[in-house]
Amino acid sequence: MTLSKEKKLWMYRKMHEIRNFELEVDRLFKANLIWGTCHLSVGQEASAVGAIAALDEKDMITSTHRGHGHCIAKGGKLPQMFAELLGKETGYCRGRGGSMHIADLEMGNLGANGIVAGGIPIATGAALASKLKKDGKVTLCFFGDGATSQGAFHEAVNLAAVMKLPVVYVCENNLYGMSVPFKKASAVENAADRAKAYNIPGIIVDGNDVEAVYNVVKEAVERARKGEGPSLIEAKTYRWLGHSKSDPRVYRTREEEEEWKQKCPIKRYRQQLISEGIEEEVLNKIEKEVEDEIKKALEYAQNSPEPKVEEIMEGVYA
Amino acid sequence: MAEKLYIEALREGLREEMLRDENVFIIGEDVGLYGGAFGVTKGLFQEFGENRIIDTPISEAAIAGAAVGAALCGMRPVAEIMFFDFFTIAMDQLVNQGAKNRYMFGGKAKVPMVIRGPMGCGTGAAAQHSQSFPAVFAHFPGLKVVMPSTPYDVKGLIKSAIRDNNPVVFVEHKLLYWTKGEVPEGDYTVPIGKADVKRDGKDITIVAGSIMVRRALEAAQKLEEDGIDVEVVDIRSLKPLDLRTVVSSVKKTGRVLIVEDDPISYGWGAEIAAGIAGSEAFDYLDAPIKRLAGLDIPIPYNPNLEKHAVPQVPNIIEAVREVLR
Repeated sequence: MTLSKEKKLWMYRKMHEIRNFELEVDRLFKANLIWGTCHLSVGQEASAVGAIAALDEKDMITSTHRGHGHCIAKGGKLPQMFAELLGKETGYCRGRGGSMHIADLEMGNLGANGIVAGGIPIATGAALASKLKKDGKVTLCFFGDGATSQGAFHEAVNLAAVMKLPVVYVCENNLYGMSVPFKKASAVENAADRAKAYNIPGIIVDGNDVEAVYNVVKEAVERARKGEGPSLIEAKTYRWLGHSKSDPRVYRTREEEEEWKQKCPIKRYRQQLISEGIEEEVLNKIEKEVEDEIKKALEYAQNSPEPKVEEIMEGVYA
Repeated sequence: MAEKLYIEALREGLREEMLRDENVFIIGEDVGLYGGAFGVTKGLFQEFGENRIIDTPISEAAIAGAAVGAALCGMRPVAEIMFFDFFTIAMDQLVNQGAKNRYMFGGKAKVPMVIRGPMGCGTGAAAQHSQSFPAVFAHFPGLKVVMPSTPYDVKGLIKSAIRDNNPVVFVEHKLLYWTKGEVPEGDYTVPIGKADVKRDGKDITIVAGSIMVRRALEAAQKLEEDGIDVEVVDIRSLKPLDLRTVVSSVKKTGRVLIVEDDPISYGWGAEIAAGIAGSEAFDYLDAPIKRLAGLDIPIPYNPNLEKHAVPQVPNIIEAVREVLR
């Protein structure tokens, strides 16, 4: 599949947005400016961006506890995201949700999720709604390798396969479920191997190659849209930072981390784009724009008001 | 007005809502051709087809989760869980997802879904198919909980539940399915969060829910022969809870017995008792508030043991006499 220059540059920009956003959040955390916990996706930008690039704007996603990248790629607004992490009234969830619960229903983001595999049945239900309404939408369901050992994963994927629902399951396998390596958590070598149990396509892709991710997801999305049912895509990738804050990373070596940093999806894509004839200045300009955007977004969040205690009860019931 | 069975009234409510709103659909185990394990959805598959009466694999988490996801996308799913006990298998999707989505997302999402199923003992199904625990769900902010006791109420409440924009746990005691009552033709609703005085009386208030309303009414009839005039308040909804109706009844009678089908510890009767004790009705009490509920045991199989696990009519009569003593 050939991608337009515009699309390629969009992907490059989004990966940068995610990287810079996450690094800024990491900095804020270390400076004790963010409350609670959060899970960063530095190193995993290509799977989020490549997969979402394969969707139409009307399509939907469900996300995970490591969901900032998915939200950004699906058109999430950085000011509202920073504001949410800072617990501000102007945040996506009015400061009620924090990092693990950002949703942007208008953009088709049905929400991050604090429960591992929690979003998989929900994505399946969203796809069921599309089938019943015949609205032509596809739902992309993100989850990690750890989620594939949850019962909810099995129940939901089986249901979607039986009903041929328009959903694409994207497993971002970053090799560890918190600290436990996937090979210790799974009797099959690849998460995609589990697709056999549901008689659906199971595809392994280099999760650090944004266009490769795009290509396999695109095919799965088209298949889903045609009513041919779900697919399970496994994007092999790596999270550079710890599982959450204060993870000493005793379960892996610094050498392994270094090896994966050499496979940086952003650096790699930059080289590819340059070799395809895109001027460096164009890429530099994007980087600069993203930096400014991040700065402004953070300023907006920092200058935003705190939620009012007298409104604490709002929003429980519709 | 025609007399109808509870199960027929429930089915009629479901059917009318499906005819009224194409976004309403039913999803669950064996709800299709089979008509549901207890027959609630009988005939609906033939009328509405497999796209709106959806048979699923035996996957309660996926049923509840699919309902949450579809509801987030504007549908109005009615998920049937074959036995109330199996709600526990769907817990994450119901309480961590459906119940919390709206608040977590800053008040921006709607989850208009109903999750319903048959609870309670009396059929010899033993511990994993007989427990009543609706109060558990009333503990989760974001959920509503209703437990209609009559054919009239079940039809009106299923309609309100389907039209509600929040997840509603809809509780049906399985012994109620084959009870009869008057049900008007056509569309009407019963509001969620409104208790109902099922019998006027002046000597004592019985607050009951679900099957226990029937038993309380039967007890009241027997007590009337002895000149004891019992008022029966059907709590109908556990969340939102209509304490006002309870309080005004207790102010009138000065005595109260709360009868539940659930195991007594941490049951909803404690919530009612605390509500009365903390209200203006406290000054009107002529006797301590009394609770009668299930024993703190899993439901036993043996029919005699099973009968003794939850309040029966003679227990209610005895408890009333005790309060009046």
